[in-house]
Amino acid sequence: MKIGVFICYCGENIGRTVDCAAVAEAAGRFPGVVCSIDYKYMCSDPGQNLIKNAIKEHKLDAVVVGSCSPHMHEKTFRKACADAGVNPYLFDMANLREHCSWVHEDIVEGTKKAIDLVRISVERVKKNAPLSPILVPVTKKALVIGGGISGIQASLDIANAGFDVVLVEKEPSIGGHMSQLSETFPTLDCSQCILTPRMVEVYQHPKIKLLTYSEVENVEGFIGNFKVTIRKKARSIDESKCTGCGLCMQKCPIKKKAFNEFEEGLAYRSAVYVPFPQAVPNIPVIDRSICTYYQTGKCQMCVKVCGREAIKFDQEDTIITEDIGAIVVATGYKLYTIDKKPESSEIKGYGEYGYGKYKDVVDGLQFERIASASGPTSGEILRPSDSKVPKKIVFVQCVGSRDESKGFSYCSKICCMYTAKHAMLYKHKVHDGEAYVFYMDIRSGGKGYDEFVRRAIEEDGVKYIRGRVSRIYEENGKYIVKGEDTLAGMPVTIDADMVVLATAMIAQPEAVKLAQTIGMSYDKYGFYNEVHPKLRPVEVSTAGVFLAGACQAPKDIPESVAMASAAASKSLVLFGADYLEREPTVAKVNETICAGCFYCQKVCPYNAIERKEIKDRQGNIVKIIAYVNSGLCQGCGTCNAVCPSKSVELIGFNDEQIYAQINALG
Amino acid sequence: MEEKTFEPKITAFVCNWCTYTGADLAGTSRLKYKPNIKMIRVPCTGRIDPVFIIKAFEKGADGVLISGCHPGDCHYNTGNFHARRRWVLFTELLNYMGIDSSRLFFSWVSASEGKKFVDVVSNVIETVKAKGPFQQYQKINKEFVLDE
Repeated sequence: MKIGVFICYCGENIGRTVDCAAVAEAAGRFPGVVCSIDYKYMCSDPGQNLIKNAIKEHKLDAVVVGSCSPHMHEKTFRKACADAGVNPYLFDMANLREHCSWVHEDIVEGTKKAIDLVRISVERVKKNAPLSPILVPVTKKALVIGGGISGIQASLDIANAGFDVVLVEKEPSIGGHMSQLSETFPTLDCSQCILTPRMVEVYQHPKIKLLTYSEVENVEGFIGNFKVTIRKKARSIDESKCTGCGLCMQKCPIKKKAFNEFEEGLAYRSAVYVPFPQAVPNIPVIDRSICTYYQTGKCQMCVKVCGREAIKFDQEDTIITEDIGAIVVATGYKLYTIDKKPESSEIKGYGEYGYGKYKDVVDGLQFERIASASGPTSGEILRPSDSKVPKKIVFVQCVGSRDESKGFSYCSKICCMYTAKHAMLYKHKVHDGEAYVFYMDIRSGGKGYDEFVRRAIEEDGVKYIRGRVSRIYEENGKYIVKGEDTLAGMPVTIDADMVVLATAMIAQPEAVKLAQTIGMSYDKYGFYNEVHPKLRPVEVSTAGVFLAGACQAPKDIPESVAMASAAASKSLVLFGADYLEREPTVAKVNETICAGCFYCQKVCPYNAIERKEIKDRQGNIVKIIAYVNSGLCQGCGTCNAVCPSKSVELIGFNDEQIYAQINALG
Repeated sequence: MEEKTFEPKITAFVCNWCTYTGADLAGTSRLKYKPNIKMIRVPCTGRIDPVFIIKAFEKGADGVLISGCHPGDCHYNTGNFHARRRWVLFTELLNYMGIDSSRLFFSWVSASEGKKFVDVVSNVIETVKAKGPFQQYQKINKEFVLDE
C-alpha cells in the first residue's frame, strides 16, 4: 500500500509548537509512506490540490493528513481524496492542532507527540478498507418542538416550501413568551399585533399539524427516518366540538385557586381556561388539580352551560406516533424567577432584593404584563400591591446574569435592551415619573439598538446609574434601593415606589430530559450545543436535528427568527433529496464464525440485530446466527466489544484497526 | 529508570462524541496539559473491548484512561452504561491477574467540558507518575520473548 502523508501548519496554529517539516520528514521514513509533504494551509484550495496531485503522481492508495480535528475537516479531505480517485475511507486524520499544538507548549515535546500521532494514523490507514456510503430514504416531514416565535417561524418556512410539519407545543396555546410581551425593541411594535397573525397562519396552514398541550415522549431512529412518540395530554374538552365561546370559563366557580401563568402570577384564572384571549387554538383546558369535579365529583357547571357537549371529563391522554425526517428543536427559555418566596427560589442569593416579600418588586416578564394593553391593568402602569401609579421606579439589570457567585456567568443578552424599553414605556405612560436604571455595562449591539438606548437616556430622560444594588427594603411605604454609583464613586439611595429586576434567561427545566431523549449535547447551564459555534450554528451532533431560538443560548426575537429560518432551510436541504448518504460505519457479522449466542442482540440500543436462519440444501435449518440491519445500526460498536467469538465487527472501527493504533503507540 | 526523569505514557480511549470533542474544546480554549497522553478515538465507550486495555499495557502504557459521555447523555443511548459495567468487572479481573487496577482510569467528560478534560488528564498523569513505570509486561516479554 502506498501512503501519502500531508502535514499542515495551519498558519502558525500548528507550526508554532510543532516542527511540521520535521514531522513530515519523520513520516516519510515510516514503512509504506511514499511521499510526505508539509504545507501552510492544507485545507485551502492549493493545499487540497497538493493532495490530489500527489495522489496522481505517486499513485497513492491511502492518505493521512496531520492537521486539525477530524470534526473540523475530515469531510473536506475525504472529498479531496475521492476527487482524485482514492476511496474516501482510505483516509485518516491525525489531530495535530486541538490535541497537540494548542494544548502543549514545548516544541520538542510537541513535535515528538505529533510524529507519534501521525504514525498511529499511518498504521491505522493500512488496515482501512474502501467503503461506500449507505443510501437511506428520507421521510419528508418535519417535527418542530416548541410553538414560540422560533417554532412558528420554522414551521411556516418548512410548510410554505410544501412539506408536512408536525408542531408540538406543551402549553395549551402556541405563542410562547413573545405573546406575553407588551412592545418589542427597538421599534416599539406591539408584540401581539405582529405575532398573532402568524399564530393563526400556523393554525390554518394545510401542511401544519398542530398538537398543543402535547409533549414529545420518545425519539427513535436516525436522520431522515425518525420515529417520534408524542403524548397529547387530555384537555378534558372535545376539540372537534368546542367552538371557543368561553361560556364555561365565565361560569366556572373556581376563580381564585390558581395563578394565571400567562399573567406571570399577577392575576388568577378559572379551573377551565385558555391561557389568554388570543390563544391558538382557542380551546380551553381543564386544570384537573383544582377543578371541583375531579376533587369531589360534583359541580359540572361547565357541562351545564356548554351547548356543544364538548366537556369530556373522562378524556385520556392519547399517544401519537409520527414518521419524521428532520427535527427542529425550538423549546426556548425560561426567565429566572426568584419565586414567590425567596427561600424556595430556584437559585439562592438575591434575598436582599426582597422579591416575593414585596409585591412591588417584580421581574421583567411581570412588568411586560403590567405594561401590556391586554394585561391585568389594561396597560396602565400600576403597582401590584395597591394599584397606584408608581412615581419613582428603579430597574436593576444583571440579576443572575454575569454573576458567577450568585447566578450564571453568561450574559443574558436581552436585558439591556428590554430594560431600556421598560423605562421608555414607563416614561411614555407616566410623564411626571422618574425612572432609574442600575447597570453594569450597556450591551446594545444590533441594528438600531444603541440608538434606542440613547433615546431612552436623552429623549425620555431615564437616569442610568452604573453600579450594583446591594439591598432593597421597605420603609414608610417606599422601597429603599441602596446601591453604588461607581462613576461618581459614591453610594446612592433611591426611595422607589416599584422595582423591576431584569432577571437572567435560563434554559427550560426539562431541557436536559429532552436532550437525552433526542441525543443532543448541552452545556452546563442546560442550553443545547451546536456542532460548530461559527460555521454550523443550528446543527447538533445528532444528524437531522436542528436548533432554533433561545434553547441554544439567550437570544432576542430577530435572532431567534433568523435562526428558525436557518433551521428550516437546513431541514429543506435534507428534504431536497429522495435518498441521503449515511456513514458506512455499521456493524457486520461474519456468518461463518457466528455461534448465535446473541449477546450482541442484548446490548444493541437500536434493535438492529436480527436472527437469520442458515439452511442446508434440503432446507433444514443448520444454525441461527446474528444479522445486522444496516438501516437501523448507528455504529456504536458495543456488539463488537461483547462478541465472544469476534464475529461481529464494526466497519471502520474494527479490531484490526484499533490494534494497529495501539501497536503503533509503542 | 530514574524516578526523576520518568514521564509516564498514557493511552486514552475516548468516545467520538463527548470526550474527543471535549478534548477539541480544550484545544480551542488553548488550555494546557502535558504531552504524555495519546488518544485513540472510538465511536463510543461501549466499543472498548477490555483486551484493548491489556494490549495498551502490553505495548508500554503506564496508565490507561477511558472516557466518554456522562450517564444518560450517550450518543448511542446506552453504550456508556455497558462500558461502565464492563469496567467494574474488568478492574476486578485486573486485580486478580496482579495488575494494579489503579493504573486504569475511567471518567465522564462531555463535549462542553474542556477544562474538566484537562483536569482529568493532568490528574491521571500525576497519579501514574507517582506510581512509577509499569513493568510487569516488560518482564514477561523479556522472559518469554513474546514481542515480535
